[in-house]
Amino acid sequence: MDNLIIAGRSFNSRLLVGTGKFASNQAMVAALENSGAEIVTVALRRVDIDNPADSLLSHIDRKRYLLLPNTSGARDAEEAVRLARMARAAGCEPWIKLEVTPDPYYLLPDPIETLKAAEILVKDGFVVLPYMPADPVLARHLEEAGVATLMPLGAPIGTNRGVRTRDLIAIIIEQATLPVVVDAGLGAPSHAAEAMEMGADAVLVNTALADTPDPAAMARAFCKGVEAGREAYLAGLGPQRQKAQASSPLTGFLRNN
Amino acid sequence: MHLSINGQSREFPEPLTVLQLLVFLELIPERIVVELNREILTADRYAGISLQTGDKLELIEFVGGG
Repeated sequence: MDNLIIAGRSFNSRLLVGTGKFASNQAMVAALENSGAEIVTVALRRVDIDNPADSLLSHIDRKRYLLLPNTSGARDAEEAVRLARMARAAGCEPWIKLEVTPDPYYLLPDPIETLKAAEILVKDGFVVLPYMPADPVLARHLEEAGVATLMPLGAPIGTNRGVRTRDLIAIIIEQATLPVVVDAGLGAPSHAAEAMEMGADAVLVNTALADTPDPAAMARAFCKGVEAGREAYLAGLGPQRQKAQASSPLTGFLRNN
Repeated sequence: MHLSINGQSREFPEPLTVLQLLVFLELIPERIVVELNREILTADRYAGISLQTGDKLELIEFVGGG
């Protein structure tokens, strides 16, 4: 079986899905279902005490999906560690998607604070999946810190622009000894397929599903994109060339020369 | 008794445990994370801790996120 292994745990699906920004909980549940995902991300926020909302967790089947809380909103390592510990106290398994994004405009991950937080959380017993810039040198440092995956961004969060960091992600994949999950910025099943064809081990999408007219149908399309890309990677893509190379025989046809 | 909850000041009658506060606010205790004066509490402690005036609480819940 061609399973995704993270921290010794085996998953059939190579598509991770976020739960943000869906128009309704019903739309989210339908998208999760069609995506085939087994790992779904969630965020932590202050309760609005005057207006308590319908709990997200009442809509997610915890037996079916591994809940992966993120530290979104954290602006430095200290806030990220605090959020991670809160998620664990809430009864989640100690898996954390580490996000430290001090810049509200591009939401780019802070490499220094991400590394600091990763070191603390690994020592504290967490399985750490860090959202990171597509930086191969940082990837090495995070591996040394003991993280469970590398999650380089394809493009800024929610931009749907695709694998814009392609050449750097290729280096990360080449050097990594851990699963590489391309996270953020993927907007189309073809983007997911591209990342998988390059040898990424998985992809994570949220906006690309949630912010569409039919998230459930798009989730099914992404599931196929990821599977197609993975199968193509395993099959081995043919070489690229500058000059044409005929696929049909050109000789011996109606001419003598 | 004066409490700070998620940065807002509120008055509550004494005595009040963490669990009673959550019930009063119509929250489902097992779905809420409580930080009391920067210390994270596990749900099994909610019933045994009596709040004091001036306590600072953060009440956190899971929401959709990527």
